[in-house]
Amino acid sequence: MVVNTIHWFRKGLRLHDNPSLKDSIQGSDTLRCIYILDPWFAGSSNVGINRWRFLLHCLEDLDASLRKLNSRLFVIRGQPTDVFPRLFKEWQINRLSYEYDSEPFGKERDAAIQKLANEAGVEVTVRISHTLYNLDKIIELNGNQPPLTYKRFQAVINRMDAVEMPAETITSEVLKNCVTPISEDHDEKFGVPSLEELGFETEGLTTAVWPGGETEALMRLERHLERKAWVANFERPRMNANSLLASPTGLSPYLRFGCLSCRLFYFKLTDLYRKVKKNHTPPLSLYGQLLWREFFYTTATNNPCFDKMDGNPICVQIPWDRNPEALAKWAEGRTGFPWIDAIMTQLRQEGWIHHLARHGVACFLTRGDLWISWEEGMKVFEELLLDADWSVNAGSWMWLSCSSFFQQFFHCYCPVGFGRRTDPNGDYIRRYLPILRGFPAKYIYDPWNAPDEVQKAAKCIIGVHYPKPMVNHAEASRINIERMKQIYQQLSCYRGLGMDVYIWDSPPFDLRTEEASRMRGETSSSNLKKSRRFSLQAPLTQRICLTHGNSLNPEVVVVVVVVVIISIPFIFFQLSNFREWAGAYHPLCCRANNNKYNCCLFVLFFLLLFVCFKIAQ
Amino acid sequence: MKRGLQGNEQEDGGGTSGGCQKTLKRSRKQRREKDLEDEEVRWECLPQEILLHVFQYLPLLDRAFASQVCRGWNEAFHMPELWRCFEFELNQPASSYLKATHPDLIKQIIKRHSDHLQYVSFKVDSSRESAEAACDILSQLVNCSLKTLGLISTARPSFMEMPKSHFISALTVVFVNSKSLSSLKIDDTPVDDPSLKVLVANNSDTLKLLKMSSCPHVSPAGILCVADQCHGLRELALNYHLLSDELLIALSSEKHVHLEHLRIDVVSENPGQQFHTIKKSSWDAMKRHSPKFNLVMYFYLYEDEFGPFFRDEIPVTHLYFGRSVSKDVLGRVGLNCPRLVELVVCANGLRPLDEELIRIAQRCTQLSAIGLGECEVSCSAFVEFVKMCGDRLTQLSIMEEVLVPDHRYGLDDIHWE
Repeated sequence: MVVNTIHWFRKGLRLHDNPSLKDSIQGSDTLRCIYILDPWFAGSSNVGINRWRFLLHCLEDLDASLRKLNSRLFVIRGQPTDVFPRLFKEWQINRLSYEYDSEPFGKERDAAIQKLANEAGVEVTVRISHTLYNLDKIIELNGNQPPLTYKRFQAVINRMDAVEMPAETITSEVLKNCVTPISEDHDEKFGVPSLEELGFETEGLTTAVWPGGETEALMRLERHLERKAWVANFERPRMNANSLLASPTGLSPYLRFGCLSCRLFYFKLTDLYRKVKKNHTPPLSLYGQLLWREFFYTTATNNPCFDKMDGNPICVQIPWDRNPEALAKWAEGRTGFPWIDAIMTQLRQEGWIHHLARHGVACFLTRGDLWISWEEGMKVFEELLLDADWSVNAGSWMWLSCSSFFQQFFHCYCPVGFGRRTDPNGDYIRRYLPILRGFPAKYIYDPWNAPDEVQKAAKCIIGVHYPKPMVNHAEASRINIERMKQIYQQLSCYRGLGMDVYIWDSPPFDLRTEEASRMRGETSSSNLKKSRRFSLQAPLTQRICLTHGNSLNPEVVVVVVVVVIISIPFIFFQLSNFREWAGAYHPLCCRANNNKYNCCLFVLFFLLLFVCFKIAQ
Repeated sequence: MKRGLQGNEQEDGGGTSGGCQKTLKRSRKQRREKDLEDEEVRWECLPQEILLHVFQYLPLLDRAFASQVCRGWNEAFHMPELWRCFEFELNQPASSYLKATHPDLIKQIIKRHSDHLQYVSFKVDSSRESAEAACDILSQLVNCSLKTLGLISTARPSFMEMPKSHFISALTVVFVNSKSLSSLKIDDTPVDDPSLKVLVANNSDTLKLLKMSSCPHVSPAGILCVADQCHGLRELALNYHLLSDELLIALSSEKHVHLEHLRIDVVSENPGQQFHTIKKSSWDAMKRHSPKFNLVMYFYLYEDEFGPFFRDEIPVTHLYFGRSVSKDVLGRVGLNCPRLVELVVCANGLRPLDEELIRIAQRCTQLSAIGLGECEVSCSAFVEFVKMCGDRLTQLSIMEEVLVPDHRYGLDDIHWE
């Protein structure tokens, strides 16, 4: 029987370390590599032009590489669920392969395709190659719960089997007799489209700072390793003015699109470390970037609400502001803080910013200054950032906004000081905000403080040519830190360095008594549940919390009062004054002299007490 | 309704636990013999106490659903115990992602439960409408006696945006009617001196906690009046501009109970602001009167405004520097803050903080928690610091970027806590 195979590219846009492609080639007579592009989606989605350009570069590069193997890439327009039944029939397909996608949306889509394939009698080959490990195994090893702190994650990773070696690169030897039927009108029908065809305006578009594609990725990997070998220092380089700019050795967008295999990167790093450090076992920190990525994939894989606050079990519910105007100012780089605006401009122009710059702008938007939901920031990054992956992007935003993964909230990046420390001269600002070029270094991070003469000399009047700062950072950060504290106080198990977090947590204000915490359950029960989960893995040492117990439980009070009241007649009785007392004060019993009357009196008395008790209740 | 109550009374008459056991035994027998209907009866007969207990664990919404099951449960839904504590959440869809407390529920609470309310807080988003709604509710709480009241802005301080007179009149209603207010949290509100006088006139015997950071309409004289009259005050939060020698003397008078917490926010409104000083003798008086009190200070100042601070010994226990603070000031902290327990430095200049940290470790023998943000510390100084603090350091939080590797230690050598 003739075996006709389709390999479906989504991520993993490469020929090296592509195990699903390699496995599907074995025993196949024909192979068609396809990429499905939804042209309607292209125009309307919130993926920006830089990301589309990067993707198209990747596809062109893939097509070029396949051409060298006498094959081609088939770019197909449409929706996967519509496309596949048609292709299965048209090309008489009996085998389909693709890379495993761990994200909830991807899993859902793949399940639908798998079903279609089964119905059409097509065998499906799926392999994991976008992540270092099988994420389900990590979760299994952690007691069927995704680890919620990076530390915990590292501990689990240490117990995992070694990372699998990268699969053999697809070459003509691997392909052997497997051919790709190519028609005359291939370019017309299956060619890689241009940005214009997708409906983008390309006039005035500068050349890409980050050209996409596997070839570029492998070249960068070589350079990256060369530089590491040269420096012989495997620590994360300290941030300086230079590290803010796009580096020709940067790899993150290539890992995102799968132009570079994370496993290849992993093993190359290991080899280099062994060579330089003479066979020492490399520490986990060597793979920091890769492991963080892995961590976010793991936490997101079973959580379809990972990119939302609402309904997301690991996200702290924070009462963010809704403020479209402020959001737009941030997204378009009009905040009036040159440091923030320069970063956002770089992001929009080039599609990449340094990770500490990400911290800066994310903190500014969320917990630091504007108090706007991280979801909004995530959407902007989704549009502009080349390496924004659903899991990694949402995870980073939750982390930076202190919504999950427990970061310390005591510190807000200062939108003036942080930049000044990184690049005291302000060249970075001048590069991306040419309007401020004339300002001296002294004022370039806070131009609104510059005297009028300086502003005039710089040919830039603040409030006219460049906006005034949209918030007073000192005031905003003070308020926001208070807000954060309020929220974390409710997560009763949080034991961070929260200054006086526990101090105001005293009764009667927040009612630490048992009764009250039950009461409070009505509004924050979900939070408490959550916090219990956090507490198991709270990264910091436990602090003995001051619990004040000076407000009395009302039930106890009632019982004590009742006991006291009941004991009074007994005392009287014992003193054998009871009859006299009763006679004197109870008109009903004034003639009570014998035992029968005594008993009656007693019963009456208790009944009275009981009624009182009921009323009191 | 009556039937349900009677049933409960009968059971109570026979002693709560005994009655409960009886019902259970009976039902077990019946279950063996008979059908489902009896089980429903058993649920209905659940003693009110137990029902209350169950209800206390349920979120409000679930309780509301449960209240529709039967009259007994509906009765339980309205038990005063369940309405002592309530948090009003006031959000507008245009400015918040969170749901608000339903207006009908608010109406019902005011109608049926306002006299049960004791611990009340209002969580308000950044819109003025929400703040006004909160004040409208407040001004209807006429026949209730609150013990705690919190006005909490969850995003921007929206109480500041509403007309002051409206706010004051609403707050005064509570002050006048609740004669036993013990905790009051009114940060970021336009509360003023006259309204504080009303508070003092009606609640001076019970007030224990007053939190009023960033209330610009209060003057030092206004807060002094509170300190003079409310001798039970144990926790107080205010801004530095309200702090005076007189206030500290008043708080440390013989009639006054020991203060437990004093929190002070030092905020600069405009660059180059001049701050007054507090005499060492006033702090000493405070320390003598309340030897265990926590003094929490938050600084949001520009570097050049620190002039008057930390010149003399100050009994501060928790220090937070929200903006950049100079090496010089941190050096003075090491010299003059012997009671320091927690220290957070969010940012510092470009020079490493080595000597300052070591000095703090030496002189602040109580220090047990430290957090460092955008600063620089050399690895060896950091290791030295941790060694000196030893076991008493329970909280350590440092950004990785803070540590500068030096000839003795690289980053790899430092183990993270």
